[in-house]
Amino acid sequence: MVDGMVGATRRALAAVAALAAFGLGVSAQAQQVVKIGAVYPLSGNSASTGNYAKMAFEMGADIINNGNPELAKVMPLAKGGGLPGLKGAKIQMVIADNQGTPAAGQNQTLRLITEEKVAAVICCYQSGITLTASAVAERYGIPFLNAESVAANLTERGFKWFFRTTPVAADFAKAYSTFLNEQKAAGRKVDSIAIVHENTEYGNSVSSVLADAFAKANLPVTQKIAYSANSTDVQPQVLQLKEKNPDVVIFISYTSDAILYAKTMKELNWKPAILIADDGGFNDPAFVKAMGSVTEGLISRSVFASGKPGSVAAILDDLYKKKTGGDGLDDVSARVLQAFFVMAEAINNAGSTDPAKIRDALRAVELKPEQLVAGYDGVKFDDKGQNVQASTLITQMRNGNYVSVWPKARATHELVLPYKGW
Amino acid sequence: MSMTLVQVVVSGLLLGAVYALFSSGLTLIWGMMNVVNFAHGDFVMLGMYTAVMIWTALGGGPWASVPAAAMVIATLGIASYFLLVRHIMRGPMLAQILGTFGLALFLRYGALWTFGANFKTLPDDLVGHSFILAGIRFEGARVLAGVVGLLVTLLLHLLLTRTALGSRMLAVSEDATAAQLMGIRPQRMQALAWGMAGAATGIAGALIATFFYTSPTVGETLAIVAFVTVSFGGFGSVLGALVAGLVIGVVESLSAYLIGPVYKDVIVYILFVAVLWFRPQGLMGKA
Repeated sequence: MVDGMVGATRRALAAVAALAAFGLGVSAQAQQVVKIGAVYPLSGNSASTGNYAKMAFEMGADIINNGNPELAKVMPLAKGGGLPGLKGAKIQMVIADNQGTPAAGQNQTLRLITEEKVAAVICCYQSGITLTASAVAERYGIPFLNAESVAANLTERGFKWFFRTTPVAADFAKAYSTFLNEQKAAGRKVDSIAIVHENTEYGNSVSSVLADAFAKANLPVTQKIAYSANSTDVQPQVLQLKEKNPDVVIFISYTSDAILYAKTMKELNWKPAILIADDGGFNDPAFVKAMGSVTEGLISRSVFASGKPGSVAAILDDLYKKKTGGDGLDDVSARVLQAFFVMAEAINNAGSTDPAKIRDALRAVELKPEQLVAGYDGVKFDDKGQNVQASTLITQMRNGNYVSVWPKARATHELVLPYKGW
Repeated sequence: MSMTLVQVVVSGLLLGAVYALFSSGLTLIWGMMNVVNFAHGDFVMLGMYTAVMIWTALGGGPWASVPAAAMVIATLGIASYFLLVRHIMRGPMLAQILGTFGLALFLRYGALWTFGANFKTLPDDLVGHSFILAGIRFEGARVLAGVVGLLVTLLLHLLLTRTALGSRMLAVSEDATAAQLMGIRPQRMQALAWGMAGAATGIAGALIATFFYTSPTVGETLAIVAFVTVSFGGFGSVLGALVAGLVIGVVESLSAYLIGPVYKDVIVYILFVAVLWFRPQGLMGKA
């Protein structure tokens, strides 16, 4: 009986000791977690892009939390063990689904800020969703970083908490007009240009910026076709193009419509001499995989080119291929990853999860091109929150992959025209 | 009429035949049991995935995938009937709406989980190359889908109106109790309707997959067209869905070509409202 009691007491003591040890173990690590919210299209008609973005976030967080010796040589944050500025706090990504609609984007941003208490938000891919979601962050005073929405008006709203790393429509428009005028000088026909664009914030704003820039550069836009990205059929649009037969066509599209255009142009057997796809759906790995073989010579823009082995871009590209099971970084995932690292840098420099301190740190961020995964000239925000050192490359589809062809200084391949297609 | 305009009309007709094909399942179930199947678009989506899987796993074209998808989706239809629809039919109308809507979400997110969010496409030359006839360009895949669409919808219509089985099914839809007194088993007829609707939907999915992209959310895009087609043609009328599909296809193509693609939905919906204004039961629905 006594023995039994002693045994019971001993077991109880042992349990208490074990609990204490466990508790001590936890408190000894005493690490805080920094939550960063991300609101991307994990379902809806841009779901494939959103899921590639999600993998980029997960990979970025893994690099900062667990380290990568190769990257650590150029990126101090890649040493592992979390954010040194916050005593090794680990980054936890909270990724929500915007379902491809502005309303869901807004609700999810609200949820992340009020329920999940995220320190900052990276959002949203679609310009129309960024427009509504950023208003929520502005109201709550939470830093909001946009990686890839290019609508011009986003930075023109006098917001205090909005930042954007990507080059915007005006930057692309300048690149395209210089590029097209160079082709004209080289003796190619550039007498008629058609702009075909989806009719939400992204397509509308980019097409009007392009039209303005082309007017200034003496490039004649002869046809403008707006359409809805949810269309079940694009044959009438392609037939409209076929009838006018312009020298250059520029598409501003998301993924599902990009696939339909590529298929329908082949079905109706029509192609222009120069076909430009303003990024978007045409750069989605799902598009490249499905339609690459019938869009040989397609010109697009990208901020990503893998570059020399050992560079930040090349190392991250390899890591991403391992993560996705074969797909390398593309224009969107590279910009997403870049935005993530900028945010991590800012939070680390702020040394705090206080939103105001993170915002001030974002304002002070200054990154050099060799520290970047995206092909920008650097990262530095102006008063409106726009990255003034953002820039773009022009790429071309070759054997099912995009390679950089312009500007010459950063090109890995010669430009080949006219557009070959299938 | 310019050659391009003829091409636009032909494209519209082929598109319309496909609209009719994937709407016939929806209208059949409505006509039989006054149930709106909100999961219809997702049945089409699973038919498309069946075709994609048959091609990636076995390298089979439409000759293999059309019968396979018909069987798979027919089974899915019958299973949905016995496991879900049969029970929610006893409840109020709202239960039917929420029940089939829930089924839609289950199938959609199940597909997202199983297949991933990526867009899949079948190779362009799976059905043969495009050909030119009298100056008009025909795409093999679309012609096949259009022709099969016309045939299947007409067959369904004949089956319902010209056979004893069809009469039995219509009897159940008119008055299930009276039909039961005549020795017809309503549940068996209703299950059969779900199976037939599923088969038609599966065929539609497998054929659409040959020229469209396949993704877990593609059903949403297609379902809207199906609902418009069915209410335009008259709920319950297979022939109505056929006529409505063709009209919508041609009106869409012509208005997109002549006025502009962003206006095509406006034109279709104006026409839709106009038809419902004068004939609330739809073109061929029973008043």
